[in-house]
Amino acid sequence: MTQQNYDVAVIGGGLHGLCSALHLARAGKRVLVLERHWTGRHASGATAAGVRTLNRDRRELDLSLLSMELWPQLYDIVGDDCGFHAGGQICVAEDETAMERLRSRVEALQRDGYTHEELIDQDELRRWLPKISPHCVGASLARDNGAADPHRALSAFRRSVLKAGATLREQCGVENIERRGQDWLLHTNQGQWTVPMIVNAAGAWSARIAAMVGDHIPLGTKSSMMMVSERTEHFIKPVVSILGRSLSFKQSDQGTLVIGGGLQGVPDLDKETSTARMRVLAKGARAACDLFPEVQDLRIVRVWAGLEAATKDLLPIIGPSPNAPGVYHAFGFSGHGFQLVPIVGLVIKELIVDGGTDKPIDELGASRLMNEPEVEKVTPQ
Amino acid sequence: MNKEIDLFIVGAGPAGMNAAVEARRHGLTVMLADDQPAPGGQIWRAVEQAADGPLGRILGDEYRQGAQTVSDFRACGADYLPLSQVWQIEEGWHVYLTTDEQARIVKAKNVLLATGAQERPAPFPGWTLPGVMTVGAAQILLKTSGQVPEEPVWVAGSGPLVLIYIKQLLEAGGRVAGWLNTAPERNWQRGIAHLPGALASWRDLKKGYGWMQAIRKAGVPIHEQITDLRAHGEGRLTELSFRSGGKEHRVPADVLLIHEGVVPSIHMSRSLYCEMTWLSGQQCFAPKVNEWGMSSQDGIYIAGDGAGIAGAKAAGLRGRIAGLAVSMRAGRISGEAAQQRAADWRSELQRELSLRPLLEAMYPPRESVKRPSDETIVCRCEELTAGDIRKAAKLGRPGPNQIKAYTRAGMGPCQGRQCGYTIANILAEEQQRPVSEVGFYRIRPPLKPLTLGELASLDDKEQAK
Repeated sequence: MTQQNYDVAVIGGGLHGLCSALHLARAGKRVLVLERHWTGRHASGATAAGVRTLNRDRRELDLSLLSMELWPQLYDIVGDDCGFHAGGQICVAEDETAMERLRSRVEALQRDGYTHEELIDQDELRRWLPKISPHCVGASLARDNGAADPHRALSAFRRSVLKAGATLREQCGVENIERRGQDWLLHTNQGQWTVPMIVNAAGAWSARIAAMVGDHIPLGTKSSMMMVSERTEHFIKPVVSILGRSLSFKQSDQGTLVIGGGLQGVPDLDKETSTARMRVLAKGARAACDLFPEVQDLRIVRVWAGLEAATKDLLPIIGPSPNAPGVYHAFGFSGHGFQLVPIVGLVIKELIVDGGTDKPIDELGASRLMNEPEVEKVTPQ
Repeated sequence: MNKEIDLFIVGAGPAGMNAAVEARRHGLTVMLADDQPAPGGQIWRAVEQAADGPLGRILGDEYRQGAQTVSDFRACGADYLPLSQVWQIEEGWHVYLTTDEQARIVKAKNVLLATGAQERPAPFPGWTLPGVMTVGAAQILLKTSGQVPEEPVWVAGSGPLVLIYIKQLLEAGGRVAGWLNTAPERNWQRGIAHLPGALASWRDLKKGYGWMQAIRKAGVPIHEQITDLRAHGEGRLTELSFRSGGKEHRVPADVLLIHEGVVPSIHMSRSLYCEMTWLSGQQCFAPKVNEWGMSSQDGIYIAGDGAGIAGAKAAGLRGRIAGLAVSMRAGRISGEAAQQRAADWRSELQRELSLRPLLEAMYPPRESVKRPSDETIVCRCEELTAGDIRKAAKLGRPGPNQIKAYTRAGMGPCQGRQCGYTIANILAEEQQRPVSEVGFYRIRPPLKPLTLGELASLDDKEQAK
């Protein structure tokens, strides 16, 4: 059974898929979003939701800076600020060696004209984080960074996508894709659709979708663990990380502490689950207690791990497929895709609607990874 | 991490203790962790201190008999860890626990979950007010400290625990302002079909009848056919309103005890992805177990009420069978000898189970437990009402995990223990599908309160190695 006509099928109802669908629909495209479970089931719902340009790889930095400009405008884009607070992001140095590394990074950035990162000394650090352990000597800081609320973001994007006229099919998994003339025929558990264009934003499963259209892209899986504490008095505004250790630490609007930092659980792509490893997460708890000794008596309420794709160079794949006409990839964000959501959707729209983009994605094409031998599982740190 | 042990048991109630004794009899290495300071579980809480005193007499023979099991357990040679919380079990099997603020990992070939039951959360408007508590919690106070509420208490609910608690409370010098019997009208007619099966347990039937007689004789005001139950008060309970037999009542109230039966504690078995089955009689999920008590996960056993509600005696028998099964698996007893040894326990167990269909038919949870009014708080931790959930239920066709993401229901410290079934029931009704299909929250560690400092202590240990 072939159903109603669409111009674009977006595979994946995570934030990147939804944002792409939103801009495409607003540009007049007939958009179908196919989501195997429900919007935000995996990485988008499990994210730490950091909004960070701090410590970004240079190859995605320019794109990240453009995205940063969009975060304060989200209310105008999706009718909700998505809980974004520009409380700053801070990367703490625990000793002079670490401070030296931060210094050389920030100086190199400034030499090249980037001003988003700055160094702060111990006194300034204490002003930003009064409860920080006295052993920390300084930090780098990005003032306009912060964090958002992933569930609010999901709700807002979902609402906007529907309002813009896109069709959202949940519980609808893509099983196979075939070339039919100039079009693609998608086989799903809810029927078939023929579309000229596809956006592959299937997160951890994107390599499988890519393979269906002939792109064999080696892709690993990340299963970053998070934990959240009981509510406590508000005592910290910025998101804090430590140079050289796995920690990201912030306090939510509700007062809970949200602690992550890329410690890895055990992913299982076939079962679509990931399992937390408490022994590994103990390192995150140790780091949090070292940084803010007062938190040690707070109870952990919940621990979880998300599932997402990681590329070999830990940079995303954004752009047209090298082999499949009409197919556009947006995946492999490797644990730091949340901040990029507003810009990636726009880029995908420009690629499809305008036939090209002036946004800096040159280094993020799929071909850079496709000469490598395929690996089924990389567990990058 | 120390040497791998043969059997790790979670819970020192009838099932856990009996399993330990049985496994030790066959020479296995056994470790048992339990939240409480002394063995006994909820049914035999504080039995060692209370059994021989006047409180023991009030609590009855069945309670006092627990002292023997506890003493056998103490003597059996299992490594017993009181005041210890098991907060995660990972494949392997690795059991994570905390004793005295120190976390550690124990490796075990087999794990027995003997975590018992919890009272079925029974929301109604005002149920979160201080002054409203469960009958089970009140009975624990009675067992551990002989505590009896000063003012006359109101009781709302039905089932054996309600009957026995009222009887115990009266004997301990407490007073009951009134019992709002929430069982359906003429519930004995519903039960009668199951009577022939239940006759095997005629002693228990007689006992239950005796409790009922004692309550009537004591002159406890009984209100039947209860609807529109509501607790009122600013900051704490001061009044209670309800309809009984079509008549409106509003009465002053200081303490209201509620109870709508018990359901298996399934957080641990669910977190291990043990296969579940829906028990329509008990209106709850329970893990599937084989005739030896093993779940769908190799080496994970479940005994006692955590495998389906069947009461203390059945729990003890299921515990023994599981202890025997692990011994058989360890090669300490042949399959044939084990079957022989289990035969009597199994027939005794059958007798115990024969009473359940009758009880389930007579004491189903009141209807409003499944369909709380829009204003009723269902998730206490995040203060969400049934109306909030119904609203979110309209976005697509969400399951419990999606509702959690939409509304934060189940994200609080109780981890959905208080709202899991209510949410499932609401979704089932809104979406016109069975609760069994709607399912339950995915369970996330830690399964017990764990501080950041305690978790960090685990890392220090790993580093030291």
